[in-house]
Amino acid sequence: MPDLHMVVCVKVVPKSEEIRVDPETMHLIREGVRSEINPPDMNALEMALDLKDRHGGRVSLLSMGPPPFETYLQAALAMGADHVYLLSDRAFAGADTLATTYTLAQGIRKLGDVDIVFCGEESADGATGQVPSGLAEWLNVGQLTLLTNIEMDLKRGVARGHRELKGGYEILEVPLPVVVSVTTACNEPRFMDYRIKPWAFEAGRVTVWTAGDLDADENHIGFNGSPTVVSSLAEAPSRERKKQFLEGSPAEIAQLLLNVFREDLPQ
Amino acid sequence: MTVSLYNPGEEQKSILVFLEHEGGVLANVSLELLGKGREMADGLHWSLAGLLMGHQVADLAHEAIAYGADEVWLGEHPLLQFFTIEAYAHTAFQAVSDGKPSVFLLGATPNGRDLAGRLAVRLRTGLNADCSGLRIDPDSGVLVSEVSGFGGGVLALIEMRTHRPQMATVRPGVFTPSEMDRNKNGKVIEIPLVLEEDMIQTQVVEREVGSGIDLTRTPVLVAGGRGIEGDFLMLQKLADLLGGDVGATRPPVDEGHIERQRQIGQTGVVCSPEVAICCGISGAFHFVVGIEKANTVIAINSDPEAPIFDYADYCIVGDVHQIIPEIITALRSEGEIAHA
Repeated sequence: MPDLHMVVCVKVVPKSEEIRVDPETMHLIREGVRSEINPPDMNALEMALDLKDRHGGRVSLLSMGPPPFETYLQAALAMGADHVYLLSDRAFAGADTLATTYTLAQGIRKLGDVDIVFCGEESADGATGQVPSGLAEWLNVGQLTLLTNIEMDLKRGVARGHRELKGGYEILEVPLPVVVSVTTACNEPRFMDYRIKPWAFEAGRVTVWTAGDLDADENHIGFNGSPTVVSSLAEAPSRERKKQFLEGSPAEIAQLLLNVFREDLPQ
Repeated sequence: MTVSLYNPGEEQKSILVFLEHEGGVLANVSLELLGKGREMADGLHWSLAGLLMGHQVADLAHEAIAYGADEVWLGEHPLLQFFTIEAYAHTAFQAVSDGKPSVFLLGATPNGRDLAGRLAVRLRTGLNADCSGLRIDPDSGVLVSEVSGFGGGVLALIEMRTHRPQMATVRPGVFTPSEMDRNKNGKVIEIPLVLEEDMIQTQVVEREVGSGIDLTRTPVLVAGGRGIEGDFLMLQKLADLLGGDVGATRPPVDEGHIERQRQIGQTGVVCSPEVAICCGISGAFHFVVGIEKANTVIAINSDPEAPIFDYADYCIVGDVHQIIPEIITALRSEGEIAHA
């Protein structure tokens, strides 16, 4: 079969620890907050780059967001990805899972001959974990989710994945093309290669596609394509704790804790 | 606007719950959803249905009724023996298109998420993912889902007004099952199924699902972070004495000191123990969200500035390797006195 074409879907997200909510507008405050490629997506990228190392082929990065996201995505080129495509259009704004998966699927259709679509397990901001499966449905292809490992049988044209389950695992085989989601932290994303960094960060490296380029149905994108609405947004109230410091020798502290157990634990 | 397969005018006033099972036992999260579903249905005079798919699983239908379902929609077929996305999505789609429930709830488990993601697209409806709270507005019948983002730092309420079913996946451990009532009446309705082997692309080559570690119900959680330097044996001793179980933050899991099923927090388990003991844990937000529901939190850390102390009732600044053995000794001698 011809060279493997792998697409990695990534999201640029604000760093979790820096995010705040404006109590007046109930919007996320993005000013002054640094962004990054969603860390779980880096594990997906690493799995794709590893397959490229083993089997050859090419890796394309696909993302959705405003033009300033380009520089974050170029880091992937310096790690070994071949192309970056950014789906960027005001009409995409306000997309929930349904509209996002449709838009990404249109991008993948436009790329054409795709064998494997990789996604991270979930995004740090929304953490829905529901994109990979929805994407597979729009593309009408099989899926392998929560993989910690993937092996290719290129002669038979199948991917074999090791999938994590509660208290166990399963090994599944699915014919290509397939959508894969990768278990967070299952691998160590590689560093950027300083030799290709200058090329990776050249201006114009990122191909930007608009809704028109994707031939997207306007009923399925952005706010129009999103059944869900956020009716309220707030910083999570943290539960009030006693914050009482216990002092003394380890033995004295142990006795104090025994009292706590006696009070709080049913006998 | 995108249009769902059926709209609010066509919906049945019912809540459907996806019933997961393994080794002939219904999953805890499914019982929890039946419990929450029962409570919401009672308040609105709606009905509660369970969606059960598998091979030779009819017994579980009666179990689901005992846990609160008015009806169980049963998809019974040899090709449903193991979860494959093609067979399960096909069956569930047929059940939902026929029954048109207003609300469809699934556990935010690997299979629940896969199924939900597929079905939401096939039904052209919305999906509130990984919810930590649910409410149905009694006037509008709109499901309001509470979800958290950014490691639990941000809470959002999400709803859909014009699309049905209102789908949501719910984190395990958030709700409580109802008391089992063997005398409760309910109906089992078979889903007429046409499933062919060639509809299924996924081949299950190997499968091993063990007893399953379940930290969502442990009364005492003893959790370890980087600071315990991999000594989970010590934590296990303490947990055993207290009738509890051991959990961990992400780093020890990544380093292979302990099973991933024991990871607590945003990408792991949300626990609701009576007592949580956090040992050598700094207190990153994505961990803390996993112990927020604990009644009492005890934290032991050598760094007095560790953020974990902001989330603890009892704070101990000290070396876990000294303090935990002392607690173990004290518990043992207390046990001896009690038995004397």
